[in-house]
Amino acid sequence: MLHEPAAKQEKDPASAWKARLGIRLFWLYCAIYAGFVALAVFAAETLKTPVLAGVNLAIIFGVALILFALILGIIYNHVCTRKEDEMNHEDTHP
Amino acid sequence: MKYIASPIAVAIFLSFVGCVLGLSFYYARKARSAAGYFAAGGTIHWFVNGVAFAGDYLSAASFLGICGMIATMGYDGFLYSIGYLAGWIVALFVVAEPMKRLGKYTFADALDFKFNSKGIQLMAAISTLAVSVFYLIPQMVGAGSLVTPLLGFPQWAGVIMVGAIVIAIVATAGMTSTTYVQFLKGGLLIVFSSVLVIAVLARGLSTTPGSKTFFPKQLDAATIMTTGADGYSCVTQLDDQKSGKRFVKLAKDGIEGWWLLNGPSLEEVQSQTETRSGTLYNGAPKEADLFKSVGYVTRLRDENGNEITQTGRLGPLRYLAALSRAEVVRYPKSAQVKLMDGDARVTLFCPVVTRGADLLVPGQKFKTKTPVEKMNFISLMLALFLGTAALPHILIRYYTVHSQRDARKSTIVAIGGIGFFYVLTLFMGLGAMTLGVIDMTDDNMSAPLLAGSFSLVLFAIISAIAFATVLGTVSGLIVAASGAVAHDLMDKFMSVTMTDIQKVKTGKIAAVVVGILAIGLGILFQGMNVTFLVGWAFSVAASANLPAIIMLLFWKKTTATGIAWSIGVGMMSALLIILTSPDMYVQYTLNPATALHSLNQPGIVSIPLSFITLVVVSLLTLKRKAEEKS
Repeated sequence: MLHEPAAKQEKDPASAWKARLGIRLFWLYCAIYAGFVALAVFAAETLKTPVLAGVNLAIIFGVALILFALILGIIYNHVCTRKEDEMNHEDTHP
Repeated sequence: MKYIASPIAVAIFLSFVGCVLGLSFYYARKARSAAGYFAAGGTIHWFVNGVAFAGDYLSAASFLGICGMIATMGYDGFLYSIGYLAGWIVALFVVAEPMKRLGKYTFADALDFKFNSKGIQLMAAISTLAVSVFYLIPQMVGAGSLVTPLLGFPQWAGVIMVGAIVIAIVATAGMTSTTYVQFLKGGLLIVFSSVLVIAVLARGLSTTPGSKTFFPKQLDAATIMTTGADGYSCVTQLDDQKSGKRFVKLAKDGIEGWWLLNGPSLEEVQSQTETRSGTLYNGAPKEADLFKSVGYVTRLRDENGNEITQTGRLGPLRYLAALSRAEVVRYPKSAQVKLMDGDARVTLFCPVVTRGADLLVPGQKFKTKTPVEKMNFISLMLALFLGTAALPHILIRYYTVHSQRDARKSTIVAIGGIGFFYVLTLFMGLGAMTLGVIDMTDDNMSAPLLAGSFSLVLFAIISAIAFATVLGTVSGLIVAASGAVAHDLMDKFMSVTMTDIQKVKTGKIAAVVVGILAIGLGILFQGMNVTFLVGWAFSVAASANLPAIIMLLFWKKTTATGIAWSIGVGMMSALLIILTSPDMYVQYTLNPATALHSLNQPGIVSIPLSFITLVVVSLLTLKRKAEEKS
């Protein structure tokens, strides 16, 4: 019993394509996150600069990182769902 | 400060716990099979699972710890919010779908899917247990902190209570009840935290935040110390070698209090004195209520630079802008002074005046001046980024939904909920910092006490949610740990023949044992900031598990031996660095300067070490395998 999946898995022809896209988006986010960490470590004074309504770059960059994660996630889901439907359709109607 | 248990708070709290237990028993009927117990049968809706993800993830560390750290250290606490959320990117883009596709019940399944290796099964199970136990410690510490003000129990009683309730939940219904408890809690946490932030913004900033706040008095040093005045008499003077400060103990009306000799004046500080007969707060038992909460704004300016005493209602951006122009009195742990006064151990809480602009950038806790400080900072941010996708109790949640598409969608719901909550933590933490509600002996209580400054009902609700937060997260962790024992160790590694019912029973017994262990550790680590402790759990998870997951998915030459060694080396090196770190030396009551090394955050060493081990061992074993074949 324990050697079977908890839920039966359906065939997913789009998985390789989704994995490639995921890795690209991961590197994109990773670069921006690394930029934030680098600023905090090597140019902390820059983060004090007011950028929006008197609020400094540290806060705006931090909140933007949180928002950007959500936006990327939504885009990724949308694109993946479309690709899955498309490839599943091709798979069943060659 | 005195905590009094109120009937309303207790009633709300008990109803909450009752609901949680009711849910648990209701879902118990679904937990009779192994699939039901360990993975909720893969039947949870993606939206419910997404909110449950948020519930699982927004643990005591996120809610109590981050708010407490922002309240005492400003932006540095928010760094945890940013790092914890960024970690979900790794979970979504790299781990979620392959985990769902490859695994069955535990993360060891996914790692082991093409190897069927005893080494992987053993190491993955041990690492799941180690990370779960490390993560359990801060949850239990947080639980203990909460019960003290709510029910008037001591810390240890709170820890035992949480342990007992959680064991009851896990030993009945496993993953299904854990999921619904997390769904309920995650949703309520976000809603009521929003209410709290709206209240903070509506109150704005003020130089006189509350009547129960501690405003230090000033006395003329020469008059008091030579002749005495206003009934004060000088009892003793002690010097703190570390800070070079002199402290004076004055008595008045039979109560002894401590003052900092600051040039020509004496500035009042708060004190905690541990004697053989008990603990005194500002020279009296806690019930006397002489020990006050802290944190307030000393100077406030409007946009034109004019001095003002209060801002009135503010929007989120204007609140942050106003705070950056202000000056705030904080009581950080770094400014605490510990002295021996005869047999008594005295902790003195000293104020630090800080410019608002400096509080809204990194630097109060994490310094980045020296190379070691830079390494510690980068190490922490790396561990937070890579740790989320390697946490066993998060990984097992991918098995509770039906498909890969559902796994992806529930991750996005989680990112939305968690991200929104983390933005709220900034305002809750800063609100606690400026509204005079922080308990210096336990900054984990900042968010509930902030709620208490608005209304008793809000305090009770926030405390009950925080308590449920701990219950839910601990339940999830214990299910993950019991899965590691019953499924990975006994079923797969030892190949013990068991019926399905016996496997569930074994899982439940394992849950009880891990629960008891968690209770003991929770009592041992009391008083440490829970977010700081969770940072360590992330480091261990990122070092032990993530290199194995990533390389298995993306490097074809990965071998079973390489994975097993990488988990072992990553876990052991991270644990070793933590246990010999300066911060642990403080916990051992040893001089941190004598620690074996200066790293407090192990990730920067242990994560690459784990990757390198995997590559080297895989290449070596790959060659051996090829030779054996030929």
